[in-house]
Amino acid sequence: MSDWVIEAENLTKIYKMGDIEVHALCGLSLQIAQGEIVSIMGPSGSGKSTLMNIIGCLDRPTSGEYILDSERVSDLSDDQLASIRNRKVGFVFQSFNLLPRATALANVELPMRYAGVGRGRRERARAALESVGLGDRIHHRPNELSGGQQQRVAIARALVNEPAIILADEPTGNLDSRSGEEIMQLLLSLNRQRGTTLIIVTHDPDVAVHTQRSIRIRDGVVEDGS
Amino acid sequence: MNLWTSFLEALESLSANKLRSGLTILGIVIGVAAVIAMISIGRGAENTITGSIQGIGTNLLFVFRGGSEEVRNPKPITLGDAEAMADPFLAPSVAEVAPVLQGDGKVSYGGESTLTSVSGVTPQYGPVRNVAVTEGEFINEEHSLGRASVVLLGTQVAEKLFGRKAGLVGETVRIEGQPFRVLGILEEKGGSAFANQDDQVLIPLTTAQTRLIRRSTRDRVDMLLVQAVSAQAVPQASEEIAQILRSRHQTEIGADDFTVLTQQDFLDTARTITGVLTIFLGGIAAISLLVGGIGIMNIMLVSVTERTREIGLRKALGARKIDILVQFLTESSVLSLVGGLIGILLGWLISVVVGRIAAANDAAINPAIGLDTVLLATLFSTAVGLFFGLYPANRAASLEPVEALRYE
Repeated sequence: MSDWVIEAENLTKIYKMGDIEVHALCGLSLQIAQGEIVSIMGPSGSGKSTLMNIIGCLDRPTSGEYILDSERVSDLSDDQLASIRNRKVGFVFQSFNLLPRATALANVELPMRYAGVGRGRRERARAALESVGLGDRIHHRPNELSGGQQQRVAIARALVNEPAIILADEPTGNLDSRSGEEIMQLLLSLNRQRGTTLIIVTHDPDVAVHTQRSIRIRDGVVEDGS
Repeated sequence: MNLWTSFLEALESLSANKLRSGLTILGIVIGVAAVIAMISIGRGAENTITGSIQGIGTNLLFVFRGGSEEVRNPKPITLGDAEAMADPFLAPSVAEVAPVLQGDGKVSYGGESTLTSVSGVTPQYGPVRNVAVTEGEFINEEHSLGRASVVLLGTQVAEKLFGRKAGLVGETVRIEGQPFRVLGILEEKGGSAFANQDDQVLIPLTTAQTRLIRRSTRDRVDMLLVQAVSAQAVPQASEEIAQILRSRHQTEIGADDFTVLTQQDFLDTARTITGVLTIFLGGIAAISLLVGGIGIMNIMLVSVTERTREIGLRKALGARKIDILVQFLTESSVLSLVGGLIGILLGWLISVVVGRIAAANDAAINPAIGLDTVLLATLFSTAVGLFFGLYPANRAASLEPVEALRYE
């Protein structure tokens, strides 16, 4: 068994927009080791988002091989992909994406519900919120929390199912610099404590400096850092 | 995901849009209430009609002249026929036979007069038709033999002529100008399927034959009312009557010149008619339930579009197709279930009010809401919710997570 948590081999992704074919990824290959902190950077239109969708199992490559945590993902069904996302990937979005009417606790419980966890959901969700420093805010709704706090809830939600990777898409993009810095420190400390692989998609160099390795994407291939 | 959690979640997201959910529910409420009210009113009408048919008497058979259309010159029913049927050796299943002559006549007292139905009857008529007098006495053999000029008044006739329903025995009224002494007042029966039994007068058959209702031959009558010895004996009695009439009238085989109807025949006909009526009313009401269902579908489609991002997020977090499907189906079913429950209450209320109005107008319809009606309405409305929720829910479940997350 390899130490790689992510192995991508010769990925291509072609979108058909009417008669025009858009080549978003053109034979991209990439490995990320267990416990690594990686940033993926690139200008818009570089294929960065497409790569992130494939890594996060939200989308399938047109061709190529993708292995996540020693599971071959390239040709699974929609529901199998959903299960992989549920168990192996924790998402952190730029715009937090919390359910507005649900409390912090209910938001964090959501992935466990889809995982079929019955007992102990509440306790695990509470523990996850405490680990991101929100133990006193568990019954607050998103609109009662600051941006930084909302992102903390989202991070708690991402790690509650103990995924193999945390995939953060511009996690500090909607935050002021101070909360942004706090969120970055939180993500880094989670990596240190739990050894969770951390992949941050960003175009902010200030974020990228925190990572051990920076992968630059341009025109659908890795330009630098693989 | 267990069902209880989905149910709570559905309640939560529905209550986020109270006005919208309320209006959608209203569509179902109206549909279900209409179905419940219509069916229960139909049932009530059926009960009233069958009740009044049963009130005519028990184990009755009706014998009329004339049978299948091919028979020419059917022989009339006569008193001789009646006597033959009353013979316990010829017709052991027959208990009583009451021949009737029917006609119309002007009944007057002082300055008041009324046109009403006049029937010539024998003493057997009372027990057979289940009629009694509230004062005075019924026509007896003596009156029959003596062709007495006596009359029994229905309550409506009494009201019209005298303005009261009691204390009239011994008064004299005129029928077609001839004086008759009031023998008694008939018990009030209310309207029936055939005729208003309170708007009639009864006189002895013999009196009618000779003085009021003349027929071509002396012993001819219009109808025989026959009472069978028991409910089980009714078919047997019908057969015996037919045999007697066939031999007496010397009819050809298969060409009866008479008709024997049982009370059950009338009941069956009435049930068929009211059953069709109930289905017809219920069907019209069901259309409004259908419209309510389309309302649910409409609102669920809007809701799916509004919550595209939420659906994308849920899918990113690991929701399978079935999870999203169940979530939205639960919402639409909750809408229709709540609507159904309120609708049952409203429908019940409407039918009670209609029953009251009918009672106030002397047409006793007692709306009957059965458990089956309630179950049917609940089931039907939930099915409507599921059916019309299926398309929006399926649309939500088939969204691509990438597209849905990107949706603004």
